[in-house]
Amino acid sequence: MIGSPDLVAFTKEDEYGHPNPDPWGIPEEFSVPLHPLADFNPWAKTSYAKFTKDFILISEFSEQVGPQPLLTIPDDPKVCGTFDLNYFSLRIMSVDYQASFVGHPPGSGYPRLSFVEDSRVVLGDSKEGAFAYVHHLTLYDLEARGFVRPFCMAYVSADERKIMLQFEELSLRFSQASECLKAGNRRAFAKELQRKLRDLEYTHSVLQKEEGLQREAGPQTMYSAHAVEKANELANVEKSIYEHRDLLKQISLYHHRPRRDPHAVTCQKCMNECLSECEELLEKYAKLANPISYNNKGRNVGEERDQVDDFGGEEEVDDDGVKRRPSYTPQLIKAKSAKCFDKRLKTLQELCDETFYQATVRLLKETEKSFRGDLCYLHTRRLDKMLRRKQQVTNFLFEEELGEDDENEWGNLRPFCAVNHVVDNCTILNPPPIVLGPDPHELDSLEPPDLLDLASEISHTQELGVVESHLESSPSDQTLETQESSEETKGSLSSGKSGRSQTTRQQNQTPDPDSDLTPDRDHNTDLERESSSEEMETTAGEEEGDSGGDQTPVSLLEVVPELAGDRDSDCEGATDGACELQSDLLVPLDTACCMSQEGFLYEASPPEAVSHLDHSSNPQSCDTLVVNQEPQALLPLQDDYAVGSPCSESPTAGLELPVGSLGDTISRTSIEEGSDCTMSVSTGSERAASPLGYGRGVTLRQRKKAGQGALRFVRQYPFAMQALWCLLSGRTLVVLGSDEGRVRRLVAALALFVPGPGKCGERVQAWLSCPFTLTDLQRWKLVGLQRVASPVGSSMLYSLSRYSRYISILDADQKTLRCPPYCGQLLANIATHRTYIRRGSTYFLHLQSTLCRLAAKAFLFTFTHHLHLPVSSTEGPEVVEGRRRCFLQEQLGLGEEDSLILLYLSQLITQHYLQPATGGGAAASYFNFDYTTSVLYKI
Amino acid sequence: MFRWILGGREAQGSVEKSPVLCIGEEQPKNWFTELQVLKGHFDIVRFLVQIDDFRCASAGDDGLILVWNIETGERLQELRGHSQQITAITTFTCNNGVLSHMLLITASSDKSLSLWDPDTGNRVQTISDLQSSVKCLLVLERLCVWVSGGGELCVWSRDFQLQCQRQNHSDTGVIALIELPKNCIAAAMDKEIMIYRLTVSTDSSLSMSEIRCLSDHQDQIRALININDGLFASGSHAGELILWDAVDWNILAYEHILWEESQSPAQAEIRMGAPKPSEMSIQHLTTNGKLILAAVGSGLYVYSILTKTVVAYRKVAHDSNVLHTMLLSDSELMSCSEDGSVRMWEIQDLPLPAEPASPGFFGMWTFGRSNKQSGPSSKKAAEVPHIRTLELTGDLIGHSGAVQMFVSFKENGLVTCSADHLLILWKNGERQSHLRSLALFQKLEENGGL
Repeated sequence: MIGSPDLVAFTKEDEYGHPNPDPWGIPEEFSVPLHPLADFNPWAKTSYAKFTKDFILISEFSEQVGPQPLLTIPDDPKVCGTFDLNYFSLRIMSVDYQASFVGHPPGSGYPRLSFVEDSRVVLGDSKEGAFAYVHHLTLYDLEARGFVRPFCMAYVSADERKIMLQFEELSLRFSQASECLKAGNRRAFAKELQRKLRDLEYTHSVLQKEEGLQREAGPQTMYSAHAVEKANELANVEKSIYEHRDLLKQISLYHHRPRRDPHAVTCQKCMNECLSECEELLEKYAKLANPISYNNKGRNVGEERDQVDDFGGEEEVDDDGVKRRPSYTPQLIKAKSAKCFDKRLKTLQELCDETFYQATVRLLKETEKSFRGDLCYLHTRRLDKMLRRKQQVTNFLFEEELGEDDENEWGNLRPFCAVNHVVDNCTILNPPPIVLGPDPHELDSLEPPDLLDLASEISHTQELGVVESHLESSPSDQTLETQESSEETKGSLSSGKSGRSQTTRQQNQTPDPDSDLTPDRDHNTDLERESSSEEMETTAGEEEGDSGGDQTPVSLLEVVPELAGDRDSDCEGATDGACELQSDLLVPLDTACCMSQEGFLYEASPPEAVSHLDHSSNPQSCDTLVVNQEPQALLPLQDDYAVGSPCSESPTAGLELPVGSLGDTISRTSIEEGSDCTMSVSTGSERAASPLGYGRGVTLRQRKKAGQGALRFVRQYPFAMQALWCLLSGRTLVVLGSDEGRVRRLVAALALFVPGPGKCGERVQAWLSCPFTLTDLQRWKLVGLQRVASPVGSSMLYSLSRYSRYISILDADQKTLRCPPYCGQLLANIATHRTYIRRGSTYFLHLQSTLCRLAAKAFLFTFTHHLHLPVSSTEGPEVVEGRRRCFLQEQLGLGEEDSLILLYLSQLITQHYLQPATGGGAAASYFNFDYTTSVLYKI
Repeated sequence: MFRWILGGREAQGSVEKSPVLCIGEEQPKNWFTELQVLKGHFDIVRFLVQIDDFRCASAGDDGLILVWNIETGERLQELRGHSQQITAITTFTCNNGVLSHMLLITASSDKSLSLWDPDTGNRVQTISDLQSSVKCLLVLERLCVWVSGGGELCVWSRDFQLQCQRQNHSDTGVIALIELPKNCIAAAMDKEIMIYRLTVSTDSSLSMSEIRCLSDHQDQIRALININDGLFASGSHAGELILWDAVDWNILAYEHILWEESQSPAQAEIRMGAPKPSEMSIQHLTTNGKLILAAVGSGLYVYSILTKTVVAYRKVAHDSNVLHTMLLSDSELMSCSEDGSVRMWEIQDLPLPAEPASPGFFGMWTFGRSNKQSGPSSKKAAEVPHIRTLELTGDLIGHSGAVQMFVSFKENGLVTCSADHLLILWKNGERQSHLRSLALFQKLEENGGL
């Protein structure tokens, strides 16, 4: 549209003769070409884009300078590279085919605010290699032309398919952001209107006074040019007051308007608050506009008071005699408005309340984060999440916690609210159809025909949505027409030539929808004339009335602290559940630093991925390297290990795993890790300081790093298998050592193997330097313990030897492990020191798949009825026992010791499943153990 | 065993410190494979009392009485009211028509007595301002009264009205009370056992008369128990065990448990010198009607009532004094000690019962410790051909302080209380896992699937 050949109308593609691409097919880039070109590069298609990764662009169509970019997220010049943001802003703003302006609708005399729904468009620029989802919105600005300022937010990507397939979610997220901006904007607009109304009223009163003086001066001057001009001015101001009052009314009616936009989700409470405040304001100004009301008052209160002093006074006396600063000092409005290009336009922050602006930016940052990676990655991640969501029973064992933002994503979508009102109105909305990821229920039938059906279904709904949005976003006739008339009005207002009587007549004639005001108006003018002699005192009375009714405007101006207070009181007053919910919601607010960290991490990942690909592409080199590598050859590395990688210089780097790697990868990994180190230190320290306090648990990246440590452990220690068996079979493993860093690293690595480590790793204690008690055993499954030579140390060793039957002890200094003998085969493939796996992340994935399989077996075992309970009443417990043993040994092929792992996992699953019934914390937790002898393994 | 952790020097020390046999970590007969730690007390927990099949109450030096559900490990009630340590606790069945209701009577060092309802946690009755603190309590169900013993002996009615009172002459006061046939009670104070008879006069008022004073013990009496309707037993600080006729209060048997040892001090002095009185003090007596189990110092003695001889003993069963014992069956017993462990024993027949003692033979059944005992033992073995041996079958380690007492709930588990402020619930892991499986499938059925 509008001369942009690449604009992709988001409609059914069939209509344009293009076949509907199969959303389930492998993206072209990833399919194996039949005739590979000589220099075929799978990334060629997106590589010519001038920016390195996707970003969000916010631009404005400024009435002064035209389209201009305002902000990019992430706010980093590197992201955009040489990409011309100005040019792109022009492109995306030029497709806003519903830019609409305010003016008089044909029948009414007032300027109308247009309530424009947002429009969503996908746009491409093949030359620049940029594609964008563009979300247009308009914000109200009293000073802007037609009271509106067009803005747009664009998600810019080099991959067109990514945008097309994620359209629904992009649309949803940007709608949320847009609603947030608009909500803030309405508040700001109402505030501005309020201020303007006061100014106008003040001006009005001043003019009236002047007119009165003139009238008193003598009838002969009644028709002088000066008097006519004054009268005109006064009429204009009055008209302006009515117009602004009408605008206020319109903005307060905003919420009553039916929203056709399915994504326009607003926080009910915010809306109500805004609404009620607007109504109060409206009520107040309806009263204030009646000059009589304050004229009379003014006479009563202070006849002799000078109005100028009153207005200019620094302090005013309240009814209670409390001195306070006036919230706003009205100013005299010049009859002539400033030239369009002279005035400074408000910035986006000013247009939307600061809180709302920040919330929007936060929301957009989250959006940007959640869309990182290519389509394939997003797709697998979503599938993974959905699959995991289906396995609630066993997830807790080894899977990382699903973050709450993911829940928000599809599960229970809440209206976004900048000030976190969401607790009160947790209305769960219908999630939009997902383009890439099928619904969890639909995932059950992962069969090709179903898939196709599903796909077509999805595209169908999608297409419906598109049609709908087209309908909504089409410009209304009304706005187009009113545009002219509004300009007309403006012109007449500024010129100030139209007579007063004319205006009033016009007003009377117009079938005003707000006709409840009009009779009042007439009535008022009559009264006004009568009381014009008392106009001297008017201002004082007005002031008085103002201060009396000041409460509301103040509250509107100070919306944010009040809301904050609201939230606090909500949290205190509400039930615990609500509080929890809220705290959940509050989490993302606190993770600003984390976000920046992850931004850093993200940058670090591509080289890793690439190098990883390199490795997998030539496995032969790996092979030879591994074969040449003897475990003893690692000894020099151990020194390295003890001294620590660069990051361990920091005392807080305990959790960090050293990732100087083996063989030829050393240099590369150390560079990578070096880059990672700096920023992960803080998380490490956080975790080290308070194992329970680090919020969202171990991140995937941390776990992958731990994978590196675990791989190192497995390769270094021949008894790694026994140690892992201890952890997996629920025997507490104590890592004993004198060097804190080494112990912490070992613990972090081994924590991967702790089944059900808890949301924040509660079952793991990285570093303990006091004697060990029985309650600790109950709590922790993996403990790092300090070895000290002092008397404290001996008591610690005494406690160790006392509880030796319950624990296994890994001595990090002497490299020994004391635990029951284990020689099973179950863990052989994850704990062989001759493993071919060379990278931590690979090992981590390998580990995950093995543990996942174990969890599945444990699930089967736990929920198979006849393995635990007799089938008939004649069966004794021995029969059941025999059946269980048979199942474990013959069907699952597990030995005696391997069975223990499964039994323990099964026990955890049972416990987890029964937990809500027992009421959680009331009863003490238990732990199981065996009476078996331990042996000492040495390196 | 922990030489590798402790380092050579320390390891030797620790080996020397524990001359007691050690069973090691393999304990096939020990079925306590699950434990729960119950926290709640702030001081030494001294008493445990079973309320019914699934509840027990614990009391200690913090003046708190806590009621626990031993099936789940939940704390059901917290009975607060005593300002000082609890000195005695007993259950009290209140029969009001159809329902029998279990109540708790507690005595404290703050010289008060309280009656509690463990269901609601209410203090039903309380008496304060006693002349002295009560050290023992005895409920006489037949007479519907209960007796408190301390500086004085008081008889109370069901509704806490003092019926009669008797001042004591000795300084130590009553330390133990038992009920005897014919409305008699026996009270142990210092070296004597006083027999009192309670008589109900025509106006239904009670009177208490002193009938007899048994002063055959050479030292302070530490334990006094009923054996059956016709017998009761007492044990003294000097290791004397006396069996009494419950009706005419005659001595039926007198056993001085460490008599042999004190006769042959030469051998004992090799390491320890003459046995200190505490080492032969009878701390605790239990019986099942056929056997008496006496905790003597850190040793255990099993005395047969039928043959009136010691049938099995282990002089050093624990590292420290044994505080509480129990006969689980005719052949199994359990003991707890100040060393923080609970041990389970089995009375086993000797492989060659008729064979006279030989060093190898004794070396076997007292393995792990010096054979200083073999002299007197062989003498004893020669005298009593049917002597058997106490074999350690398992131990429970968990407490870090002295284990004061334990209560067995049969297959439901065992509760131990200790000076480390904790209670530990020991259970059969297999049984619990079976119960949990049952619960799981039940919940599954209720939920209609996953």
